[in-house]
Amino acid sequence: MRLTPDAWIFWQYGFFKLNATIVFTWALMAVLVLGAALITRRLATGHERSRWQNLLEIVVTGIVSQIEDVGLKEPRRYLGFLGTLFLFVAASALATVVPGYEPPTASLSTTTALALCVLVAVPLFGISGQGLASYLKSYLQPTPIMLPFNLISEVSRTLALAVRLFGNMMSGAMIIAILLAITPFVFPIVMTVLGLLTGMVQAYIFTILASVYIAAATRSAASSKPKPSPTAAA
Amino acid sequence: MDSLTWIAVASIVMAGLTTGFGTMGPALAEGKAVAVALTSLAQQPDASATITRTLFVGLAMIESTAIYCFVVSMILIFANPFWNAAIAAATQAAGK
Repeated sequence: MRLTPDAWIFWQYGFFKLNATIVFTWALMAVLVLGAALITRRLATGHERSRWQNLLEIVVTGIVSQIEDVGLKEPRRYLGFLGTLFLFVAASALATVVPGYEPPTASLSTTTALALCVLVAVPLFGISGQGLASYLKSYLQPTPIMLPFNLISEVSRTLALAVRLFGNMMSGAMIIAILLAITPFVFPIVMTVLGLLTGMVQAYIFTILASVYIAAATRSAASSKPKPSPTAAA
Repeated sequence: MDSLTWIAVASIVMAGLTTGFGTMGPALAEGKAVAVALTSLAQQPDASATITRTLFVGLAMIESTAIYCFVVSMILIFANPFWNAAIAAATQAAGK
């Protein structure tokens, strides 16, 4: 019983193992990059546009509106990072329809890497938004006694992001594998559909949590509200 | 019973109990969360986008604890270090 795609090794040379995680990650990257390059080769600005360009525009404007809803003032600044997170996790879940594929996010290495990217990006965006002194002072809010707890919460948020995504994707893949051994008929298909749904929800959750952390880091201390007001933009 | 049997029994029993008890709390909490979200949706339908998004984020946070329990169960069954060490020691002892 294979727990993660890390154990499926295609080729090995000494210390370097070419396992299924690496292969499927690069395959996903190739599909996303080449697909986007092909679609955006001749962008049309009028009313006549290809349906693929329409699809990409829907996705991009949807992500921008979600980032804005969370409370980030200039969504285009964060669109590169957050949009990539969402597209990679969502594509890795959607590609489960291809037979013989295992999502690379079902490996703890991939999800830890993504969570570490968020861990690094939050202070980067915070410092570039607020300035170094103001960002460091935010760790002492509301009192300086909270400094160790704020630091611990940074680490535990990252850990929770990684384990949440890993657990969801791994359990989806595992239940399909187990059911295929027991009832090789309709039930594996039903569980695959459920796995697709949870994969998309987890992609959305990952991106929204990352954007909430970035919004909390870039909110300047002068105008700190407990939560971004949802009706302010209405 | 020798130590190999003890390790097997403890791992199997705790793997089952971990997922069994660990998913009860999050299930109750998620039920409460969805119930309150539905109430507020009925009271303010035009805030449905915010409510739905916050509901999903909250559900993911609650689900995390259930997933921690599931991961521990999987580790106990498939990647159990005590079982692996005991098996290695047993095969070494049998090979000698």
